[in-house]
Amino acid sequence: MSEIKAISLFVRPEFENRGIETAVVGDIERRLSVWERVSNMDPVRKFSVLILLVVSWELYTRIGNVNELMFPTFSATAAALVKAFVEEGLLTNIWNSLSLLLTGYVIGIAIAAGLVVLGVWSRFGADLLTTLTAMLNPLPAIALLPLAMIWFGLGSSAIVFTLLHSIIWPVALNTHAGFQSVSETLRMVGQNYGLKGLPYIYKILIPAAFPAILTGLRIGWAFAWRTLIAAELVFGGQVMDTSGQLGNEDSNAGGLGWIIFANQMENQTPYVFAGLFTVIIVGILIENGIFRNIEDRTVRKWGMQKA
Amino acid sequence: MASGITTTEAADLQSAASPPSAPILDVNGVTIQYKTKEHLITATYRVGFQVFPADRFVILGPSGCGKSTLLKAVAGYLQPVEGEMRLKGNIIRDPGPDRVMVFQEFDQLLPWKTVKENITFALTNGGRCDNARDAEEIAMEYINKVKLDRFENTYPHMLSGGMKQRVAIARGMAMEPDILLMDEPFAALDALTRRQMQEELLQLWEDTKFTVLFVTHSIEEAVIIGSRILIMSPHPGQVKAELNAHEQSIATIGEDEFASLQSKIHNMIFADRVLEDETLPNV
Repeated sequence: MSEIKAISLFVRPEFENRGIETAVVGDIERRLSVWERVSNMDPVRKFSVLILLVVSWELYTRIGNVNELMFPTFSATAAALVKAFVEEGLLTNIWNSLSLLLTGYVIGIAIAAGLVVLGVWSRFGADLLTTLTAMLNPLPAIALLPLAMIWFGLGSSAIVFTLLHSIIWPVALNTHAGFQSVSETLRMVGQNYGLKGLPYIYKILIPAAFPAILTGLRIGWAFAWRTLIAAELVFGGQVMDTSGQLGNEDSNAGGLGWIIFANQMENQTPYVFAGLFTVIIVGILIENGIFRNIEDRTVRKWGMQKA
Repeated sequence: MASGITTTEAADLQSAASPPSAPILDVNGVTIQYKTKEHLITATYRVGFQVFPADRFVILGPSGCGKSTLLKAVAGYLQPVEGEMRLKGNIIRDPGPDRVMVFQEFDQLLPWKTVKENITFALTNGGRCDNARDAEEIAMEYINKVKLDRFENTYPHMLSGGMKQRVAIARGMAMEPDILLMDEPFAALDALTRRQMQEELLQLWEDTKFTVLFVTHSIEEAVIIGSRILIMSPHPGQVKAELNAHEQSIATIGEDEFASLQSKIHNMIFADRVLEDETLPNV
């Protein structure tokens, strides 16, 4: 007991600063050095990684004495890409692919929207939507292509049908989940100002769930783009076997997948690489050019998603 | 400032032995029940009160007394199973812009709309304004009233909690509802901001003399804000007392009458707690 010392309060005199002086630590805001600022720029860092990859590719194929047919040099691929663009109408092939994709995308979103509205309005609709999504979402769209070819024959409608499958489920699933997570407070605010039915959906639910909807649109687009290229590859094979309604070489009616397939048949490996690159470039352009832009102007600006 | 309000109002009240006009809100014998997955819960039991024009009517009670549920019923989000609620004589059935609710949660502002757009959105959808120019004018007027000019084009996520609540109050007042419903609007704010907001709310009331139904669980806030305080007891919510607090305000904090009213209310609620522990062994 005696070892526990009674701790007494140390009472100190009070004080108050009269007129707080300007701080003397230096500038409140100081510009970082040029090197720090440049290395903080995301595009600069990513571009350097790209350069590094290209240089190692070129060096590997030249020094390693690799067979041109297996793995062409970067310069040969780049030259093939430019040639394909300028002389062989690669832009037409890109457009062929994109127009198919857009058709499927628009129809798919419309169907998904219908399903989600049903899901908002009735419990049966919600059950239908969740069950269908749970069943069909795991099914890769390309697995439906054979069936689509039986139903619609060899043509763009078969491809659009497969695309629909890859768009509807992710978009519907994410939108529905987004609607369900709209806070009770926002719902009550909407009802307070007399909003009901469709205006309530597009004035409150859609903007409030927009981060989730945008995610769904992105996933749908990415699935559809992969499915489209794969479907065109399959069609390429079909066209070679049969008379060739789609992607006939003279008419240049095929899409990007067909380009890859056709060049492989002719052992034009640099063109196969060029085709793959085009698929990547278009993908990046749409992701960064369109989706990133929409995101910056909406959910980021509204602070619904961290910058 | 605040003492000026209380004396004039006190004079009004003394002269009016019978009510000067019909009540704006008449709640009569209201029982509200709601279902959870396993239970049917009675939130309030035969609650009745009347709110008159320019009242700052506070509903005060411990958690579980159904005060928020009662406010939601007045707003039209819930229907009572017994009794009725009339706004200016009409039975309340749905939510509507004649009773605007200010919530506790900061996410009551639409994050995709700027401060000004949040208010014009309410004005045009709530049917108070037909054209955008009128709505904008009214919005700016109320933004100035809550001292948020310069922030009218800011998105809510850039604002502090207190500023968001100011926008919500401005949005509610801009609608000029028959009654403004406030569900613990300052509970999520820090103590310093809360005091400032209470002061500003009283200032706004002095300017426009709106009718407000204010729910809180803070005795001090009730005494500061309220002109009349309804005290509820929990499990289920029932009316315990109705007290006058129109003589107390920010200016009288720390004075004897303020403290004695506060301790009177405290004792009422506290006595109730003891009783509750004794009589409800199964809860």
